[in-house]
Amino acid sequence: MSAFTSEYEMVIGLEVHVELKTRTKIFCSCPTDFGAEPNTHVCPVCMGLPGSLPVLNRKVVEYAIKAGMATNCTIARYSKQDRKNYFYPDLPKAYQISQYDLPLCEHGYLDIETSTGSKRIGITRIHIEEDAGKLVHDKSGTFIDCNRCGVPLIEIVSEPDIRSAEEAVAYLQKLRATILYTGISDCRMQEGSLRCDVNLSVHKPGQPFGTRTEMKNLNSFQYVQKAIEFEYRRQVEAIENGEEIVQETRRFDEKSGKTSSMRRKEDANDYRYFPDPDLAPIEMSEQQLEQLQASIPVLPDQRKSKYIEQFGLTAYDAEMLTATPETADYFESVCAATEYPKQAANLMLTEVFRLMSAESEDTVRIPVAPAHLAALVNMTIDGKINSSTEKKVLGELWKNGDQSPEEYIRAHDLFQLSDPVLLEQLVDQAIAQNPKSIADFKKGKTNALKSLVGQIMGKTSGRANPVIVQQLIDEKVAKL
Amino acid sequence: MNTKQITELSLCQLSGHLQSGEITAVQAAKAYLDVIREREPSIKAYLSVLEGEAMQKAAQIDDRRSRGEKLSPLAGIPAGIKDNICTRGFTTTCASRMLENFVPPYDAHVIEKLDEAGAVMLGKLNMDEFAMGSSTENSYFQVTHNPRDLSCVPGGSSGGSAAAVAANEAVFALGSDTGGSIRQPAAFCGVVGMKPTYGTVSRYGLVAFASSLDQIGPLTRDVTDSAMVMDCIAGHDSRDTTSIDMEKLDYSAELGKDIRGMKIALPKEFFGEGLSDDVRKGIETAVARFKELGAEIVEVSMPTLSHALSAYYIISSAEASSNLARFDGIRYGYRAQDYDDITSLYKNSRSEGFGQEVKRRIMLGTFALSSGYYDAYYKKALQVRTLIVNDYNRIFEQCDCILSPVAPTTAYKIGEKTSNPLEMYLGDIYTVPVNIAGVPALSMPCATASNGLPVGMQLIGRPFSEPVLYRIGRAYETTCETTSR
Repeated sequence: MSAFTSEYEMVIGLEVHVELKTRTKIFCSCPTDFGAEPNTHVCPVCMGLPGSLPVLNRKVVEYAIKAGMATNCTIARYSKQDRKNYFYPDLPKAYQISQYDLPLCEHGYLDIETSTGSKRIGITRIHIEEDAGKLVHDKSGTFIDCNRCGVPLIEIVSEPDIRSAEEAVAYLQKLRATILYTGISDCRMQEGSLRCDVNLSVHKPGQPFGTRTEMKNLNSFQYVQKAIEFEYRRQVEAIENGEEIVQETRRFDEKSGKTSSMRRKEDANDYRYFPDPDLAPIEMSEQQLEQLQASIPVLPDQRKSKYIEQFGLTAYDAEMLTATPETADYFESVCAATEYPKQAANLMLTEVFRLMSAESEDTVRIPVAPAHLAALVNMTIDGKINSSTEKKVLGELWKNGDQSPEEYIRAHDLFQLSDPVLLEQLVDQAIAQNPKSIADFKKGKTNALKSLVGQIMGKTSGRANPVIVQQLIDEKVAKL
Repeated sequence: MNTKQITELSLCQLSGHLQSGEITAVQAAKAYLDVIREREPSIKAYLSVLEGEAMQKAAQIDDRRSRGEKLSPLAGIPAGIKDNICTRGFTTTCASRMLENFVPPYDAHVIEKLDEAGAVMLGKLNMDEFAMGSSTENSYFQVTHNPRDLSCVPGGSSGGSAAAVAANEAVFALGSDTGGSIRQPAAFCGVVGMKPTYGTVSRYGLVAFASSLDQIGPLTRDVTDSAMVMDCIAGHDSRDTTSIDMEKLDYSAELGKDIRGMKIALPKEFFGEGLSDDVRKGIETAVARFKELGAEIVEVSMPTLSHALSAYYIISSAEASSNLARFDGIRYGYRAQDYDDITSLYKNSRSEGFGQEVKRRIMLGTFALSSGYYDAYYKKALQVRTLIVNDYNRIFEQCDCILSPVAPTTAYKIGEKTSNPLEMYLGDIYTVPVNIAGVPALSMPCATASNGLPVGMQLIGRPFSEPVLYRIGRAYETTCETTSR
């Protein structure tokens, strides 16, 4: 990044679309399952055939309200649905049923952790709407798959409180975690059940906000980060070159990592929102809201503070572990079987997360039983194995089938060698075979003895206790 | 009985003959198909006649009856359906080029109800394109003639429905009423038309014009028949959120009761400028007869009437602009031959597929909803809507119903008003406030004008007071039977 960019601050607001995990669509009883043959999950209602009428799926309202409650929103007692009118071949009615001025949820927030500390990001609103279909282009033409028409979505609009790509990703992770806990969506970015639009502008602190551009349908955290970084630089450079930023929608190209203009503001649709006369207003009683509130499970922040207080973890580590209910549940099961939660957390945040991310960003699958992970932690602390063996065994159990780590270690003879007699022999051998290293050390090269430790570890297939080996070398060399 | 005799029977009478076995459903269907064959060249009420299906259905009914099955009063009754009500497997065109070949894969709720009851569908009836118009001259396919005077329009938009009933080409017909589309053609053709309370009859399968105003209702020979059809088609439908979930009314329950002491309101604004002498005299006749029947006539005021027409044209056109957006040439319906890209495909298909009046309303509605104009037009119209509802509520606090003209004139000549759409709109002044308020209204003949054409009157009631309107209407009918029939 060039030097001048540091003078500019970026201002980001995110619009996140989350597909709800209801069994049926928002206005008809067609299934919502992903991946079916094109146009098999359709009916006159979701195809928008003349004369068909929508009937609101109450589950959609409940799920959206749960999302609102989990993100600290005020829930509307009276809400309505509006038509957003525009022509596009994937939109069978030529209007999308959404919510305009009376959304279900408003005025919420989420707290995030970044490398610079904690921050509160405001949530403007959450509303319900229907998804559109999918256009499939090939050489013979364009085809329309209406399976996704009418799949229920919530749109979560943040306040323009985000100031960096890191904060944007932290917010998205927190939002995803919160929604996953409520169980209303799978939040699978690759399948499009969580999609993100980024609104970004730049300005010099103290000056008014700049003109914003919008980047649509980013479907991975990595793309969000790259798109923000690119767009920030592009806007700053444009301003520095005396150009004006135009309000527009920009497309992010995943291959080049660049954004390019898609649609200018003056070409934007006038959506002509008006209340949908086919649908009655949505009214919620206090009793219904109380029942929904009671169904909200323990949320990431509640678990996070428990981890900080009970287990002594840092806020950042606690945030990471609570990113999905699966990882948090797993961590708590591990802690039930070990007295070393901090060490267990470290192993999870490094090795377990690394192994997980190698598989998929969207699904959490930890094939090693929590008790086994706890046993590895316990054995490491007790000195029965060293930390490199701990990692190695975890990787083996992960890839080649879970089993008792003790048995695996016994069968593969991986217990740490701490027998002083045996280790002394190995140290003596190493000293005898490396006269040059000894001489270098005596001349003041403090690092010269490192290779001796390495050689002994190699000879013992990594089983030697590196602490004892180091001690013995230090003692012996000092006597020479 | 011969063909002429059979087709002159009312629904109620024919139903009795079918139940007694005097006439079979096949005989009835055949008689009606004969009349259709004979009169259609001059009337042109039907867009499609389903002869084979009708005969088949009639035979099934006879078969079921012969096996001693207990059947509904509508079993074996031949009926016509306005062509904006979806019929599975049969074209539903809305009298538009846009849907010339559209075959719905499902039945409207009312069609299911009629089918269950055993009614025999004779065919689909002409209308103004997408129900927009008051003369049925806006049909893409044909102009329907008024059976009472073939040089006149039958009214609209349910002109085909009214003409078919008036010409004995159907025992009854279903129409739809967004701003008077059942009542005005009923008045022009001298038949009975009911616009039910909004939410009484499911709209599922009715191709929407203006969703918050549309209601399906019957056009019949007389008041009793109207109640019988309502007994069949009314009732809650979970597929229509605006359908009211309440215990079903017995529409025939109050037929035959006298109306002594009932209070009938007469809004003075209804008798101002624009009302023809023929209609004024007709209503005066009605007032005199109601007094004879022992009802009390109460003069009232409806100050918001002057705003109703503007509010109606904004609300209905705004909703129509959105409801008709789905006809884009992409998935079904008319697609232009020539286009270069997606935008020209939309533009050309819609320009060629829709008629003038439909395009006029789409543009009007699109404008009214546009950014910057919404508050001045659509929002204002909704406020007027509330005022109109308040006016009705106030009147209904002291009266049982409102007596009103249906249209300012009797049926006019074909082509007389097509050049001036605004004049055509003004003809809806008495009918649109009823849709705006969602209340029920019964349109029925009240007198015969000097030119020999029927004059209609309208009885407007509180929500869900259809049985009361039928009681008053039936009482009125008896006075006509003694004088004219």
